[in-house]
Amino acid sequence: MADPMKIRASMAGDKVEVKVLMSHEMETGQRKDSKGALIPAWFIQNVTATHNGKTVLSAEWGPAVAKNPFLSFRFAGGKPGDKVAITWTDNHGDKRTDEATIA
Amino acid sequence: MDGGRRRILKGTGSAAVLGLAMAAGLFRTGSAWAEWNKAAFDTKSLADAVKAMGGGAPAESKDIVITSPDIAENGAVVPFTIASKVPNTESMALLVEKNPNILAANFQIPQGTEPWINTRVKMGQTSNVIALVKTADGKFYYASKEVKVTLGGCGG
Repeated sequence: MADPMKIRASMAGDKVEVKVLMSHEMETGQRKDSKGALIPAWFIQNVTATHNGKTVLSAEWGPAVAKNPFLSFRFAGGKPGDKVAITWTDNHGDKRTDEATIA
Repeated sequence: MDGGRRRILKGTGSAAVLGLAMAAGLFRTGSAWAEWNKAAFDTKSLADAVKAMGGGAPAESKDIVITSPDIAENGAVVPFTIASKVPNTESMALLVEKNPNILAANFQIPQGTEPWINTRVKMGQTSNVIALVKTADGKFYYASKEVKVTLGGCGG
């Protein structure tokens, strides 16, 4: 299981601004190891963010997203105390969900 | 008599179709996230990427803004903010023209979510970066910006 995400959700005016830092290698599949063998691609493919069970963002990622991905977005309709959940799934089928409370 | 046979044939036909549909449905839930558009992530040009997303020729738009450094010292981590003022923006993608595969990320923006994304991507070399917007009626718009890279972030 991968390390937990760092999620910060706070009010920015009437919107909720979410900042997420994920822990993932995001290996491109282009690099070679010291013996010249190709390192297979290993990266997050799907990210979903939900607020009160409603999807507020979903994303498809390729291996070009930087290692330990950072993502920030804003949505309307949230208030302090609400929960925001983020889920990612990588190309190995590994999955992780973390939650944060809107401050 | 003849009519009855017809009906039976029709019946089996639709059952087979239903079976296929169910198999497809099962496959979808089976593979954790079937909605990853592999075809789009395999493309090398903007035109092909748009085609793989089911669109026609994209139009350049001044309503899409890319904010990033003009020169990135480290291509492994280049921060980008993409924002769209195109009405009914449904999804936003970030593409790096000279990367091995052009599409870096694609974001679905549901109603209530601002068409504004901040993320970091890898760039192999100096390249045009494209923000691609799809509207609810299936039209594609884009804006591009050149970002110079001092040290590439794709090779070993």
